[in-house]
Amino acid sequence: MSNLAPSAALAPALPVSASSGAAIELVGVNKWYGEFHVLKDINLRVHRGERIVICGPSGSGKSTMIRCINRLEEHQQGSIIVDGIELTNDLKRIDEIRREVGMCFQHFNLFPHLTILENLTLAPIWVRKMPKKDADELAMHFLRKVKIPEQANKYPGQLSGGQQQRVAIARALCMKPKIMLFDEPTSALDPEMVKEVLETMVSLAEEGMTMLCVTHEMGFARQVANRVIFMDAGQIIEMNEPEAFFSNPQHERTKLFLSQILGH
Amino acid sequence: MNDFTTWDVFRNLLAAVPWTIYLSLIAFAGGAVVSLLLLSLRFAFPRVAGTPVRLYVQLFQGTPLLMQLFLVYFGLALMGVQTTPLFAASLCLSVYSSAYLTETWYGCVLAVPKGQWEASSSLGLKHWQQMLLIVLPQALRLSVPPTVGLMVQIVKNTSLASIVGFVELTRASQIIANATFEPFLAYGAVAFIYFVICFSISLCGRHLEKRIRI
Repeated sequence: MSNLAPSAALAPALPVSASSGAAIELVGVNKWYGEFHVLKDINLRVHRGERIVICGPSGSGKSTMIRCINRLEEHQQGSIIVDGIELTNDLKRIDEIRREVGMCFQHFNLFPHLTILENLTLAPIWVRKMPKKDADELAMHFLRKVKIPEQANKYPGQLSGGQQQRVAIARALCMKPKIMLFDEPTSALDPEMVKEVLETMVSLAEEGMTMLCVTHEMGFARQVANRVIFMDAGQIIEMNEPEAFFSNPQHERTKLFLSQILGH
Repeated sequence: MNDFTTWDVFRNLLAAVPWTIYLSLIAFAGGAVVSLLLLSLRFAFPRVAGTPVRLYVQLFQGTPLLMQLFLVYFGLALMGVQTTPLFAASLCLSVYSSAYLTETWYGCVLAVPKGQWEASSSLGLKHWQQMLLIVLPQALRLSVPPTVGLMVQIVKNTSLASIVGFVELTRASQIIANATFEPFLAYGAVAFIYFVICFSISLCGRHLEKRIRI
């Protein structure tokens, strides 16, 4: 697959059946913060089961882009279609999409006044209307999956950063999302805790979850990404399969960026 | 006529303590009810209710409680509406404390980190669920220290009710000072009693803070 110009049609070289369609589709998306043009004509088609890593310098709009996908940010132009539903101001649709899209944040954003178990069961109980007992079971299932079932009755403040981020992943998974968004999930972690979080994400990728991940963990990108996107100044500058992206970047800005983050 | 012992002074002052406490409780409860109402309005209809609520707060924070008392007690009387000192004091102290509580509690809700809203949004919670389950419980914890501080202010401000003739601690101490010709003893004793009340509230507050620390 060759490198792509910013707003070209983006057909991935992926074995995706035609019937499955796109999980996420962004067409001509523009966003401004007042005068500041933060997203410039973004076109992106994410297929079901696809894993995309987004990198780029800070302020390039990568976080803003994925935050638009579950409407934490509003876009002003273009259309965003998630799981067949177009994002508009219709609150019902926004809720519908948010139920299907899980998100992990740089600073975890666990609810400090609730135990780990309560953090996990809150949305299944209140949003999915699940009986508490079932929600507890579901939560324990995912806590085992992220390998911290023994922390269920502690509070977030009593856990390490890596553990908190794994709880945050489990919390999102409890909603059984079809798509997971990660916004720099390891950037706030001590180096020795990055690995445990990445391992959790890798195992999620192996199960076929559709993932969009803003990260500078290039090892992770190599290992799990189907495509790597490089953004700068609100634009998608380059998009390619990881091998080609890292070994043969096309754009000067991509080369510069890669040399800076891989250089040391 | 030097029949007043120190104990007599204290005994008579202590008899007035319940009135200071009642007045404080009325002011706090009244203020809390009004400010919860104002806050609900402000959060439910930010565009419509925001400005009136802000004006209300500014008005009553920006005028002396003493003037408010004068206006209600003497002003209403001039207009032919007779009020009792208890009513005037209760009304003014409630309004006064509601202004401060509204501003303080509003700040506490805003102080809950934005990430908490975002995380609960991303899980699909509705706005009222976010408010009720995520934000208010955390705002409540944040509100304990400033609320305790305000309660102490309210207790001290009840002394202004003496100006309209309501017999609480301060008024009682004036009466006793006049009767005993020992102002230093009477006012010293009353200051000490105020301190004991306020200090107890602070201690309770500190205890509460420890218990609900996250």
